[in-house]
Amino acid sequence: MISRSRLVLLIGAGTLIGAAVAGQTIAAPATSLKGPEAFAAIADPQARSVALFGEMAKVIESPRCLNCHPRTDSPTQGDDMHPHSPPVSRGMGGMSVPGMTCNTCHGESNFTFANGEGSIPGDPAWALAPVEMAWVGKTRGEICRQLKDPKRNGGKTLAQLVEHNAHDHLVGWGWNPGKGRSPAPGTQEQFGALTAAWVANGAHCPD
Amino acid sequence: MTSGPVATRRGVLAGGGALVIALAMPLKARAAAQAAAPFAPNAFIRVAPDNSVTVVIKAIEFGQGAATGLATLAAEELDADWSKVRLEFAPNDDALYANPMMGTMATGGSGTIATAHTQMRVAGAAAKEMLVAAAAKAWGVPAGKIAVANSMLTAPGHSATFGDMASAASAFPVPEKPTLKTPDQFKLIGKTLPKLDSAVKSDGRAQFTVDVKRDGMVTALVAHAPMPAAKVANFEAAAALAVPGVLKVANVDSGVAVFAKDMAAALKGRRALKIDWDTSNAETRSSKELEAKAQAMAAKPPLPVMNTGELPKPAKGIAIVEGTYTLPYLAHAPMETLDAVVQITGDRMDVWLGSQFQTMESAAVAEAAGIAKDKVLLHQQYAGGSFGRRATFDQAFGREAGRVAKAWGGPEPIKFVWTREDDITGQYYRPMNAHKVRAAMDAKGKVVGWDHGLTGQSIGNFMMVDTLDGQKVDALIFEGVREQGYAFANHKLGIGVLESPMKVLWWRSVGHSHTGYVMETMLDRLFAAQGIDPVKGRLDLQENERAKGVIAEAAKMADWGRKMPEGRALGIAFVESFNTFVAEVAEVSKGKDGLPKVHKVWAAVDLGLAVNPDVIRAQVEGGIGYALGHALHSEITLGDGGIIEQRNFDTYPSLRMSEMPEIEVSIIPSDKDPTGIGEPPVPPLAPAVGNAWFALTGQAVERLPFARGIAEKSA
Amino acid sequence: MSVEFELNGKTIAYDGPADTPLLWVIRDSAGLTGTKYGCGIAQCGACTVHLDGQARRSCVTPVSMVAGREITTIEGAASPAAKALQDAWVELDVPQCGFCQSGQLMSATALLEWIDNPSDEDIDGAMAGNICRCATYQRIRKAIKLAASRMGEKA
Repeated sequence: MISRSRLVLLIGAGTLIGAAVAGQTIAAPATSLKGPEAFAAIADPQARSVALFGEMAKVIESPRCLNCHPRTDSPTQGDDMHPHSPPVSRGMGGMSVPGMTCNTCHGESNFTFANGEGSIPGDPAWALAPVEMAWVGKTRGEICRQLKDPKRNGGKTLAQLVEHNAHDHLVGWGWNPGKGRSPAPGTQEQFGALTAAWVANGAHCPD
Repeated sequence: MTSGPVATRRGVLAGGGALVIALAMPLKARAAAQAAAPFAPNAFIRVAPDNSVTVVIKAIEFGQGAATGLATLAAEELDADWSKVRLEFAPNDDALYANPMMGTMATGGSGTIATAHTQMRVAGAAAKEMLVAAAAKAWGVPAGKIAVANSMLTAPGHSATFGDMASAASAFPVPEKPTLKTPDQFKLIGKTLPKLDSAVKSDGRAQFTVDVKRDGMVTALVAHAPMPAAKVANFEAAAALAVPGVLKVANVDSGVAVFAKDMAAALKGRRALKIDWDTSNAETRSSKELEAKAQAMAAKPPLPVMNTGELPKPAKGIAIVEGTYTLPYLAHAPMETLDAVVQITGDRMDVWLGSQFQTMESAAVAEAAGIAKDKVLLHQQYAGGSFGRRATFDQAFGREAGRVAKAWGGPEPIKFVWTREDDITGQYYRPMNAHKVRAAMDAKGKVVGWDHGLTGQSIGNFMMVDTLDGQKVDALIFEGVREQGYAFANHKLGIGVLESPMKVLWWRSVGHSHTGYVMETMLDRLFAAQGIDPVKGRLDLQENERAKGVIAEAAKMADWGRKMPEGRALGIAFVESFNTFVAEVAEVSKGKDGLPKVHKVWAAVDLGLAVNPDVIRAQVEGGIGYALGHALHSEITLGDGGIIEQRNFDTYPSLRMSEMPEIEVSIIPSDKDPTGIGEPPVPPLAPAVGNAWFALTGQAVERLPFARGIAEKSA
Repeated sequence: MSVEFELNGKTIAYDGPADTPLLWVIRDSAGLTGTKYGCGIAQCGACTVHLDGQARRSCVTPVSMVAGREITTIEGAASPAAKALQDAWVELDVPQCGFCQSGQLMSATALLEWIDNPSDEDIDGAMAGNICRCATYQRIRKAIKLAASRMGEKA
């Protein structure tokens, strides 16, 4: 018998064990986004805004975003959101601790491992989101109100939030996550447009 | 002290004025060594004119401290200044350097000190007597008037260093039976001496095989199959050959070799290969299938090994506990992956290895490359760990290295490296084991029945024993079930042997690595059922005084019976392995990750004479850490089609700093012949933690690692 | 492409692919073998070097990233913290097989250069990325504390 399975099929095999105790169950992620125009038919601006936020939430709830917006002091990793290995903690402003900061391993851009089996993500601003920006385990309503609150969104106005979602480089990493990771749904351009439309319609939040 | 080998031969190194001592060679072996002269340096001890003492180390040094231990023994009898002692690794030469237990050069069974301590002491003592004889002659004083200490010879009005007398000493006959010291005369043995390799391992100078540099060296990797025991069916090399720096691609049967100018190019080249695997003789079953088969056999074991009576029927006052245990395949994962540097020059070969079976492995490299095995010279290197992995009798890695060198076909040295993925998926695992135990204890703590079914995989024909019905079975599968010194009535043991093309191997403490867990956690479950204290219960059941000694000592160290802080519990376990007695107590709480958090471990060991107490403490600390990391996190599993699901330290996690408990070690004073310490600290750890967890939570974890076993219990 | 960087105070020019891991440039091109390969995926820390004074896993560092920057390996680790740690390592006989110890020392040095008197928690955090399969962790912890106390005496 000859197996047609090739080495390339193995990439990412066996990531389940690390999650055996602390893992979470993650719903199958969305892969695409509707544009703002898809919500134009909703007559009520508030309902339209809430619906737009629901679309934005598909990005926010992607493992690409949640992994580094934890409630705890430790990030998760991978599409299955298993605990980060090696174990790291929030440390100094989300940059981890003296002697082993995020950039001890993470570089300025994604780096495919020399073995070809996956990659380590990178960005110049790679860090854990501050705990007041935690998303894991929160409802869409809670996340939405948090996003609008300058005390919990890094002091941003809504206009700045639109700009951030549309153009921030680290946000954009979600759609360019490197080998072995599913990208966030849609595109950053769509995410920015959805954010703009959500704000334009009153930035209303789901309950 | 036994008389041991007799020194009968001396040799003088050319041109150095050095004193060289070799020992214990039967005439035939001596002749063979001389015939192979270019490959046969022949010494354990060399004293150089610069007053350095070089001790030739026949064991592999992979962190267990054997080099320091062997040097201590020789330096003791020589009365050498420890700061002037140097190490040199022996080349491949069974005539000079065979392990007397194995008849070939080999390190294993935690036996380096046990098998070589007299040999090394005789070597040192013989050298000293020759130096003394030389001084006596030079000074005209009786040998008895010459004192020796710290590499100095002194007599009233005279003094000389060993180096001063080295040349003259070489002219004297090697004493047949040099006088060995009595323990009260020891100056080095039993003392904490600095390890001879600590400095070079703290500044990057220590050279491992992977660090060997040779002019024109080519790097080779082999792409291996993702499932055990598959072979190359066919492959496409074009994309790999197009990678800059890739020099050649060749089928080496066990995989496809990529030769490149350096490691980076070799890795890129290997990534570009497309390989179809022939799985006709491979293991393609999943772990689920293998475990189900193993458990079924453990429940009705086909090979009866012992039977002193049947388990009693349920009755008042008799507690019967049933345990169904699954212990996983484990990789050794030494920090330095397997590697070799091989150079073929005409009809001969040089090979650089951190070899555990020096003669056999270098011969295997040679034979696989078509070189006569007496034409290979081994340059032994430090090895970055082994834990059993480098001790393969089939020499599969050595033979692969030979095939790789042959496939290259040129005179360039080949550095052949396994990557971590090759290592983790490279088989030779600790076998998966399934245990089915029903055991009975009376109210007084007597074991009145122990019915044990165990399925494992045979490591090889090293310790075959007869079954009760005249068949043969590998005793390494079940070592530790029968001979722990506990008085068991009605002890029954049956074995099932799982057949698989997947290669398995001894893993630090071999069979004890799983039997210790099952025996010792079952005991605590029985004690709990009868309300008996686990320490008292063990002491009452034990018939061996040395076992009782370490159990009592570990309990005392841990202040067993004290009121525990909220959320903490103690657990104890005892295992004798390799003739060394170890009891460990673990203090455990429930960690943030839901797993046992081990705060402290107290270990009491009785290994006879403690040659270097600090090396022993280091082995106990390391053995406990090694055992704990695997017990918490590690398993090798096969998915559909036999594909190995772990490939690196992300999926085969290791113990990390924050998980390392504080460890306190007590060495029982003894003047019995020394036994090993590399492996014996491993087996008691997992059951000590499991017993503490059981005391803390009431959960008897029947599957390791704890990460999996506890998740399943909690599900 | 060609990349120039400082390696232990000497300028190195590397000609080769931009994505070559720094680890292999250090080992194979520069010939400094104290920095080890253990996993290739930033899990074990055996390849730890300092990049502009901070701990960095060289196995996941493309050589292009270090252009114009300073790399220190175990061979060039000469700061007071590095020396104090190496002395403590020898004094407490920390190494067993020794293969991971260059990386352990580079991480410990990065820690001590940041925190004079690290707590157990600081040590757990800084050393979390360095695996020692021989499990010499207890002695590593003691040696870091010993080195810190020696440096404190001198300060």
